[in-house]
Amino acid sequence: MEQDINIKITDRDGVQHSIEAPTDMAMNLMEVVRSYELAPEGTIGICGGMAMCASCQCYVISDTTLPEMQDDEEAMLSEAFNVQDNSRLGCQIQITPEMEGLEVILAPEE
Amino acid sequence: MIKTDILIIGAGPTGLFAVFEAGLLKLKCHLIDALPQPGGQCSEIYPKKPIYDIPAYPEILAGDLTHKLMEQCKQFEPGFTLGERAETIDKQDDGSFIVTTNKGTKHHAPIVAIAGGLGSFEPRKPKIDNLSDYEDKGVEYIIKEPEFYRDKKVVIAGGGDSALDWSIYLSDVASEVTLIHRRNEFRGHLDSVEKVQELKNAGKINLITPAEVIGVEGDNKIEAVTVKQGAKTFTKACDHFVPLFGLSPKLGPIANWGLEIEKNAIKVNNALDYQTNIPGIYAIGDVNTYPGKLKLILCGFHEATLMCQSAYQIINPGKRFVLKYTTVSGVDGFDGTRKEAPKAVVKAID
Repeated sequence: MEQDINIKITDRDGVQHSIEAPTDMAMNLMEVVRSYELAPEGTIGICGGMAMCASCQCYVISDTTLPEMQDDEEAMLSEAFNVQDNSRLGCQIQITPEMEGLEVILAPEE
Repeated sequence: MIKTDILIIGAGPTGLFAVFEAGLLKLKCHLIDALPQPGGQCSEIYPKKPIYDIPAYPEILAGDLTHKLMEQCKQFEPGFTLGERAETIDKQDDGSFIVTTNKGTKHHAPIVAIAGGLGSFEPRKPKIDNLSDYEDKGVEYIIKEPEFYRDKKVVIAGGGDSALDWSIYLSDVASEVTLIHRRNEFRGHLDSVEKVQELKNAGKINLITPAEVIGVEGDNKIEAVTVKQGAKTFTKACDHFVPLFGLSPKLGPIANWGLEIEKNAIKVNNALDYQTNIPGIYAIGDVNTYPGKLKLILCGFHEATLMCQSAYQIINPGKRFVLKYTTVSGVDGFDGTRKEAPKAVVKAID
């Protein structure tokens, strides 16, 4: 599909998946992971995408420009475990055409 | 021993609506929930957030939905065992079940309906070496009885509402309260943040930010925590260390009940009645899975309704019944109340 972008996601077992993510369905990165079943249901997006748990935490390894972190994401990450400098919450990253080539690693389950 | 017709595990929206549907069939319900209040995720995680896909409610706050469901099922007098987690289930010779909680409360019912959502909410524990060795020896993840901390030195870690609220509360009870958080900013109600600021200025709360507890020590009970603040590391003496990092749901003991589990959820027969592989045990709402499953509150309502009809057949074998409409039949509460549609007026016109 012409609106799709290519993303590389490394799952919690260390396996990298090259996938196509739609940009026209208002999906965020956490939902893309779920739609491809790259993490078992019940282990990701537990709060549904409200930045109220950190089950969708991921490490961004490409230099893709991402939306700036909002207060609630920053606050949640400040209480999460396994946080690194490149940590983001997948649920707060809306998929847009500018994110072509994004590469992330899913953080371990808490 | 608490006795009921349908024992519901989980007092979220699906479980509460099941009470109403069961009541229409004259079946009594009792609910167990690990949280201290009913409502499940709706009251624990997002009470002030709106939901837009409840039929006939263009917008309703999750907390308000809980209140309305409680009001709707009130006349059927549900029993509640709150703040306790369903731990074990024992099938009796007559096919009924005894469910025991982590606090030993026993419940006996012919039908068990698991409406446990994503599971019971358990505290998130920070990754600190040996922390588990000090559990109940000065390390607590939930404050149950504030008086327990009277005249004690307490270190609280966390940056959300519960860390703020308990720091405020214990500042009047404990001999010393230290609040440690990774950032200078706190996420909580503005008045709680301001109050902590005030208490800090008054010297009633020690605030250590941005910092982190990285170690615990003590001989048989906690005596101090190790705090890392920037490049320096120091020891802070304490009688209690209370990490308050929120709650996260875990399927927990239910996973060991011999039920078929798939994708962290309980497999059910969706073609019929949402019964599990164990006859008499149903799973409804977010906790179940079947082909095409959607984790939506409205789907939970539907599943609860069908579950009750099937449970009726098990509890009253061979007893005839047809679906009735509340508008036509009214609603007879177990508390003696009756709701009914006003009768049409029959009067001649001259």
